[in-house]
Amino acid sequence: MTKSGVKREGIMGTLSGWLYLAPALAFLIFFMVYPLIDVFIYSFEEGYNSASQTYFGIGGYNYSYVLRDPYFLQAVKNTFILVIFTVPISTILALLISLALNSIEKLKKLFQTIYFLPYVTNTLAVGLVFMILFRKTPYTDGLINMMIKALGMTTVDFIEGPYWAKMLVLCVYVIWIVMPFKILILTSALASVNPVYYKAARIDGASKTRIFFKITLPMISPMIFYLVITGFIGAFKAYSDAVAIFGVDLNAAGMNTMVGYVYDMLYGDGGGYPSYASAAAIILFAIVLTITVINLIVSKKTAPKG
Amino acid sequence: MEVRLEHLTKIFPSRDKKGSEVVAVNDFDFTIPEGKLIGLLGPSGCGKSTVLYMICGLEKPTSGKIYFGEDDVTDVPSEKRGAGLVFQNYALYPHLTVRQNITFPLENLKGDEKLTKEQRNQKALEAAKLVQIEGLMDRKPGEMSGGQQQRVAIARALVKMPKVLLMDEPLSNLDARLRLQTREEIRRIQKATGITTIFVTHDQEEAMSISDMIVVMKDGIFQQMDAPQKVYDDPVNLFVAKFLGTPAINVFEAEVKDKKLYIGEDMVMDNVNAKDGPIWCGIRPEGFILNDEGALHCSLTGVDVMGRDTSIVSTNPKMTGLNIRSIISAEDLKLTSKESVRFNIKRTKTLLFDKETEARVYYD
Repeated sequence: MTKSGVKREGIMGTLSGWLYLAPALAFLIFFMVYPLIDVFIYSFEEGYNSASQTYFGIGGYNYSYVLRDPYFLQAVKNTFILVIFTVPISTILALLISLALNSIEKLKKLFQTIYFLPYVTNTLAVGLVFMILFRKTPYTDGLINMMIKALGMTTVDFIEGPYWAKMLVLCVYVIWIVMPFKILILTSALASVNPVYYKAARIDGASKTRIFFKITLPMISPMIFYLVITGFIGAFKAYSDAVAIFGVDLNAAGMNTMVGYVYDMLYGDGGGYPSYASAAAIILFAIVLTITVINLIVSKKTAPKG
Repeated sequence: MEVRLEHLTKIFPSRDKKGSEVVAVNDFDFTIPEGKLIGLLGPSGCGKSTVLYMICGLEKPTSGKIYFGEDDVTDVPSEKRGAGLVFQNYALYPHLTVRQNITFPLENLKGDEKLTKEQRNQKALEAAKLVQIEGLMDRKPGEMSGGQQQRVAIARALVKMPKVLLMDEPLSNLDARLRLQTREEIRRIQKATGITTIFVTHDQEEAMSISDMIVVMKDGIFQQMDAPQKVYDDPVNLFVAKFLGTPAINVFEAEVKDKKLYIGEDMVMDNVNAKDGPIWCGIRPEGFILNDEGALHCSLTGVDVMGRDTSIVSTNPKMTGLNIRSIISAEDLKLTSKESVRFNIKRTKTLLFDKETEARVYYD
């Protein structure tokens, strides 16, 4: 009697567990797993016609098309530059600002508010402001160019000028947008370090630099890794940032990102090609997956325990 | 190295406009002899930890000076002062192993004192052997018990051969069994290294058992400094008398009349060379002699058997406190009445204190 009773409880226990999970699981399956599998299948269906819902055959044609499309390659280049520059710079800057905020007593709350403001602003509105600040038209120079002139250098049109200028604006913009959240996380991480460790380190004769590198940094490193990983993932998905500054026709501006390419392939003027979009999306997925796995391996190896 | 504190004062400013400032340490002035183990004793919040922090440089004194030997270190930052401190909760770096924790102070040495990696590891091993944790060198603090962590903290403080070793309540985070064991360890280590050591505690039994000298503090003010037995036998005021000794000293409202000491109507002692008038009379628990014709009449409350001794609990109208505890050797226990008990008191265990100032009154 007892044996079967225990067994039934086991089944009932697991059953109720599964019941609790069911809604979230259903959501995940319908809106994430199913579309992922679907897109994966789409990417291998050649010549898909959305009107007639037919396709020619199964193969890698979509991938070879996308990988030879100059717009796609430009988008990949832009996205990678964005990732490589904005993630390290924004994280390091956020760390420096958090350290500075942590060490001042007066006006601390004021500065914290100021540094957090970009987070609550509308990204498109900010993009518009950036565009106005950096652009140079026949009628006006824009604030940035006025400052450049004042320093005695030649002005540049950052919005419709050379590639490096446009990329610079985009990077500055992205850094500006992502820093507040990083500052928030790092400030609280720094505050959570028990001050007694700093006292112990002073007694042990450590200089301020040594304390920073040997005590502070290791103790907040889990947070830093979190910000780097999410920073990478976020940067790979950048799109609205580019649109905010350069408008919707990104391919023409040469400032498209990988997500933008996928979007354009689906709905853009030259779009309506779900197969190409799917292929591009899977390529993006593969890249982000690889980089995230590398990030996780590195963080597990160097992260301190305890 | 001798440590000298001259008129040391620490005042903490008030936090808001209404509150008043806190005088944590008030004109502390004493010298700690070289190579001794000193217990800094006092109730919680009396400023003992503040004194410790000023000695090692984590707090700056409001006024006064601190000398390590001949050097005035009052303005020397803690990084350069060369004191070792064992924190109450050990403060071991959680992300470093035991070995790395102990070598950390050695890595900060510069110039002529700089050491190679082998030298550092060698010194760390010596320190670890001294506190008997050489088998745990590669563990992290989170993987060790409280007692082990504390020994690592001591090793870390000792490894750089500090001029003075400071310990903030080293035993309060340990369980009772470990406390007894560890306090002997502290004494053994101090004797082995010969480093001037000051430890802060609120447990008078702890301080009495291992210190070469005790410093008693109350409300930031120095009370007395002497060898433990002397502070017990010869306290300088009522506070020190009450703070040391378990069970505590029994204090009575007494009176001196014509060189005789009266508790209530009982004349308990003569040949008392003190001024006439009311006075505090403290009698140590071991100062009572059971006697059917004893001078002091008390009402018997009960008898606690402790094996070797017996504790007689009684009351008297002139007592302060809840009851009187007298320790009598079990062989001498002979109670004839169930309600009353009479004692004679030992002269050496009877201490008199001024009624107003509570300072000790010597009557011999």
